[in-house]
Amino acid sequence: MPGKNDPTDLVKRVRRGEHAAASRALTVVVNDAPGSEALAKEFFKSSGSAQKVGVSGPPGAGKSSLTGRLIAHYRAQKLKVGVLMVDPSSSISGGAFLGDRLRVMEHATDPGVFIRSLASRGMIGGLTYAIFGAIHVLETLGCDKILIETVGTGQDEVEIASVADTVLYVTTPAMGDEIQAMKAGAMEIGDIFVVNKADLAGKDKAVADLKAALGLGHSAGQAMKAWEPPVLATSAKTGEGVPELASVLDGHWTHLRKSGEGRARLKGQHATELQFWIQRRVIKSALDRVTDKILEDMVSRKTDPGSVGRRLLEAR
Amino acid sequence: MDKPLRVLIAKPGLDGHDRGAKVIVRALRDAGFEVIYTGIRQTPEMIAAAAMQEDVDAVGLSLLSGAHLTLFPAICKELKKKGLKDVLVFGGGIIPDEDIPVLKKAGVDGVFGPGTPLQTIVDYLKGKLAVAR
Repeated sequence: MPGKNDPTDLVKRVRRGEHAAASRALTVVVNDAPGSEALAKEFFKSSGSAQKVGVSGPPGAGKSSLTGRLIAHYRAQKLKVGVLMVDPSSSISGGAFLGDRLRVMEHATDPGVFIRSLASRGMIGGLTYAIFGAIHVLETLGCDKILIETVGTGQDEVEIASVADTVLYVTTPAMGDEIQAMKAGAMEIGDIFVVNKADLAGKDKAVADLKAALGLGHSAGQAMKAWEPPVLATSAKTGEGVPELASVLDGHWTHLRKSGEGRARLKGQHATELQFWIQRRVIKSALDRVTDKILEDMVSRKTDPGSVGRRLLEAR
Repeated sequence: MDKPLRVLIAKPGLDGHDRGAKVIVRALRDAGFEVIYTGIRQTPEMIAAAAMQEDVDAVGLSLLSGAHLTLFPAICKELKKKGLKDVLVFGGGIIPDEDIPVLKKAGVDGVFGPGTPLQTIVDYLKGKLAVAR
């Protein structure tokens, strides 16, 4: 359709707060469609002022439902909320079931809330390569808070730490003992730890185990942050603990802005954004040029990974 | 490489029987679509808002309660109101043959009754959406 993706017009409409324009812009940016670079450039200019809250944790911990509670809390304060929810793409079909939205459908018609589901599309680490582009669209739309829900994580998905300003790590009373909480990886990146499903038995023990593990010393990352990650209990089912969680989230945002850490984090985020850009352009484009002929030549030992790799990178 | 097509599967109204919708979600996922599911008991406004924010290529409606003649046209109307004129709308459920022309006139492009092979729906979507793109 002519003019539908016209960059100047789209950016203008997104700045005015038009949801339909933001939705179209998200598609262009996420799909890397023609014109996406010009668009992304404009959106980047308007970025950097909203608090980006990452919601991470194992599958089924209640990340989406808790996100729904936070949306309601922020809306009661008249804040504009953007939500990005990532679910895994199939490595077999390339398809995805984006099932997070159904937990937040009660906010579907609220003009102060914009929700978009994203598929991981081949990225490992709980997010998608286009995540920054998507965030910048929502920042331009004028969102005060941006909630970014990762894929349900295991022990090793930490990308969210270099994308969000505040990482909320959501777990449940059934998460295991303090030995689990002592492991490196996902447990190191939380700025705030939440034991959700506090309506179930075992909440107090889970909170105590987490506190015990965190109390053994600062993690390598946390030592520099001068922020003691608090441990809270919430129930997305009953709403218990949600106001307290929101106030701790505000506290962390204040901490980031008052200390130099907010700026340091933003720089880290830009480094990661650059890294994703290069990964999409250089690595993916080289990999897309791997043909069956090349693989055949490797099987018959006519060539080797190093020679092929060098040729593919240099032939760009 | 082509980007995956996006489809919203929605269950409007008071009907809570969503096994059919879930079977479709699963089949489309396995056919390479990115599928968003609204869950049950959605209003036309909620479905249209979700379709708009997700910028989907198609919206699939599932209804077994008999209210399709009221709800499906209401959803088509809401979609148009939101400026989503290009979104393909299709539906399924317990829908008598004589109702199909009425639904088509209201903007429901394809209607699939019980027993429709999943591949038929996948082929239908891929065919229609390839043209649209």
